[in-house]
Amino acid sequence: MRRALWPRLALAILLALAPGLPARAVQPGEILPDPAMERRARAISGELRCLVCQNQSIDDSDAPLAKDLRVLVRERLVAGDSDTAVRDFVVARYGDFVLLRPPVNIRTVMLWAAPFLILLAALVFTWRRGRAMPAPASAAPLSDEERRRLQRLLDSDTP
Amino acid sequence: MIVEIGHFALALALGVAVVQSLVPLWGVARHDRALASVGSAAAVTCFLLVALAFAALVTSYVRSDFSVENVVANSHSTQPLIYKLTSVWGNHEGSMLLWVLILTLFGALVALSRRSLPLRLRAGTLAAQGMVTVAFLAFTLLTSNPFRRLVPAPPEGQDLNPILQDLGLAIHPPLLYVGYVGFSITYAFAVAALIDGRIDAVWARAVRPWTLLAWVFLTLGIAMGSYWAYYELGWGGWWFWDPVENASLMPWLAGTALIHSTVVMEKRDALKVWTILLAILTFSLSLLGTFIVRSGVLTSVHSFATDPARGLFILMILVFFVGGSLALFAWRAPLLRQGGLFAPVSREGALVVNNVFIATACATVFIGTLYPLVLEMVTGDKISVGPPFFNATFIPVLVPLLLVLPLGQSLAWKRGDLLGAAQRSLAAFGLGILVALATIAMTWGGPVLAPLGIGLGVFLVAGAAFDLGERISSRASGWPAIWSRAKGLPRSAWGTALAHAGVGLSVIGIAAVAWSTEAIGVLKPGERLTSGRYTVVLESVMPRTGPNFRAEVARFQVFSGNRELKPVEAAKRVYLARNMPTTEAGIRTDGLSQAYVALGEPQDDGGIAVRLYDKPLILLIWIGAIVMSLGGALSLTDRRFRLATPRRVKAQPVAAPQPAE
Repeated sequence: MRRALWPRLALAILLALAPGLPARAVQPGEILPDPAMERRARAISGELRCLVCQNQSIDDSDAPLAKDLRVLVRERLVAGDSDTAVRDFVVARYGDFVLLRPPVNIRTVMLWAAPFLILLAALVFTWRRGRAMPAPASAAPLSDEERRRLQRLLDSDTP
Repeated sequence: MIVEIGHFALALALGVAVVQSLVPLWGVARHDRALASVGSAAAVTCFLLVALAFAALVTSYVRSDFSVENVVANSHSTQPLIYKLTSVWGNHEGSMLLWVLILTLFGALVALSRRSLPLRLRAGTLAAQGMVTVAFLAFTLLTSNPFRRLVPAPPEGQDLNPILQDLGLAIHPPLLYVGYVGFSITYAFAVAALIDGRIDAVWARAVRPWTLLAWVFLTLGIAMGSYWAYYELGWGGWWFWDPVENASLMPWLAGTALIHSTVVMEKRDALKVWTILLAILTFSLSLLGTFIVRSGVLTSVHSFATDPARGLFILMILVFFVGGSLALFAWRAPLLRQGGLFAPVSREGALVVNNVFIATACATVFIGTLYPLVLEMVTGDKISVGPPFFNATFIPVLVPLLLVLPLGQSLAWKRGDLLGAAQRSLAAFGLGILVALATIAMTWGGPVLAPLGIGLGVFLVAGAAFDLGERISSRASGWPAIWSRAKGLPRSAWGTALAHAGVGLSVIGIAAVAWSTEAIGVLKPGERLTSGRYTVVLESVMPRTGPNFRAEVARFQVFSGNRELKPVEAAKRVYLARNMPTTEAGIRTDGLSQAYVALGEPQDDGGIAVRLYDKPLILLIWIGAIVMSLGGALSLTDRRFRLATPRRVKAQPVAAPQPAE
């Protein structure tokens, strides 16, 4: 079983886990004669999880199960399946867990939407805070306290 | 005996840390200067005791003292000395001791720094730092004691995990820990400010060097880890969006936002509440990283099963320090007065935009990392969130920020001139577009987005350079004047430009990954394999014996077109103690690009499987990170931050208004 990613290194450092082996993945014998189809196979297997490894795609893993899956993907492609059909075929066998790119559905919609919602919320929040802040030019004349602070800032600022 | 001394010193350190965390606060409450100053002496003592414990463990490793359980499990008498040393932190217990050592080192540095800090702030900071120290010393002593003896002592150790027997282990964890743990000081300062209920530019100026220092080391640590993974694992990947990597990326992102927001606070007394929150969050993310890595809750199917005590203990530490500081924040933050007005279009405004995008990017990584865990706990459904998710969300969040970065760095404080800034950035933008178009023309039919990435990187580098040039040459004529202006420009301005240029270099390197190529073949001696610009010819395969491993070494001639480069060796090793194989990739650097050879399995026909990669401009990824840290280090040497030259705030005649930096 291979798990030689950097995180595996770090993990092994920190937990002194069982040793791993460097990944070499796709073997010469597996490569399809048609380069275009081989490229599709690589692209698909890069997004399928190796189920017995920890966080590797089957394209990166040397585990026997990963090899079986790589061969399976290539067989389906040779049989004439589309990329989607191949992916569906693997998901039907192993479930959504096998997809490194989680599908958008009711359980993952928050996952996919969150980054953009957070960005939107943060922008709206700062925009409103910014508008609530009076423009510096129209601010009242400096109070004594502010003058002292200004002085402090100016003094402490090296050119 | 030495081992017992180490163990005893560690226990003593715990006692001293308890004093450090309580007495200064008591002193502040009773207005007793003597009691409030105890923190400094306690912090230094605590560091010396932990250093003694660490030295004891190092000694056991160097002497291969196999009566110590930890040494037996992670060391071997035939290891070269350097790996005996690095084995100290190549395991959970020892690395925890290193963690605590760095934690107490930072406490001692704060105690010893001659910077004039208000006594209340120093006392509060050392007390908060002391509490973190107590927690982690207790964790080490109770659940992860590296000094436990083994009776009877075995004659030989079990050796260190072979993939860790590499110089990377000597460099990567110490750098990373200095970064992670360094943020504890920022956190301690934030907690002290909240307890004190006061926060101002003095606070920001005191905190900024520590934040910068931690950030510089974390940047180097992450870059080093990435390069280590790149050459050690044998297929040339450099970032995998794995939970453990994300655990280090999150504090880095938060720390990056923090070093930008403290600038605003220091210069303009604005963004105070946000900066305090960010300081707390940054170290909280460091703690979360420690939890993720050491509990195995995310990467391992066994999660807590290996040792539930450890995971639970860290979870308790996490809840106490994150929850406690956030509660303190909620209680005290409303007391902090907001200051410093600024127009939306200004340097401050630009730095706010920076914080919005970086914080969102950090949140993206956070959600992507923890979502599967939460979903499984709530619904029982297992999903995977892998690299495709992060590439599809993280990059779109960060690219807009990079696009406006050169504009932001040339805006004036308080009220900027967007049109002017746009005009100043126009040359750099034009250059970026030009390079992108040239790249598209030269690689027609290749990747579509990558040329835009190259253009973006050029825009960033040129933007930083032109902005610096503008500041030096405006209002100065003749070389002597320019020279004196260049010398007069604060180091932090140079540091900023350098760091931003570093971001640009990394962006170019990352974009260029799109053109890397791979070839797989079975070679016998004399046969060749070509990938991209590089061709290798297998010369020979021969056995070799190392100190604690046997290896099969394949030697290749390397050609770039017709030009012959130096030959390269790739190897497969078997480490004898654990009977475990590793591969050593052969890497030939050619300018900024690399030819990368990795060996596969021997084939039935007598050949050997070989993979060859052409990695164009790949070195820029790490060079960019190093340039970023150099920029941070340069800022750190700025007059304002020199620890030995405290600047007193005195009333001076009002100077002419500062020109915008």
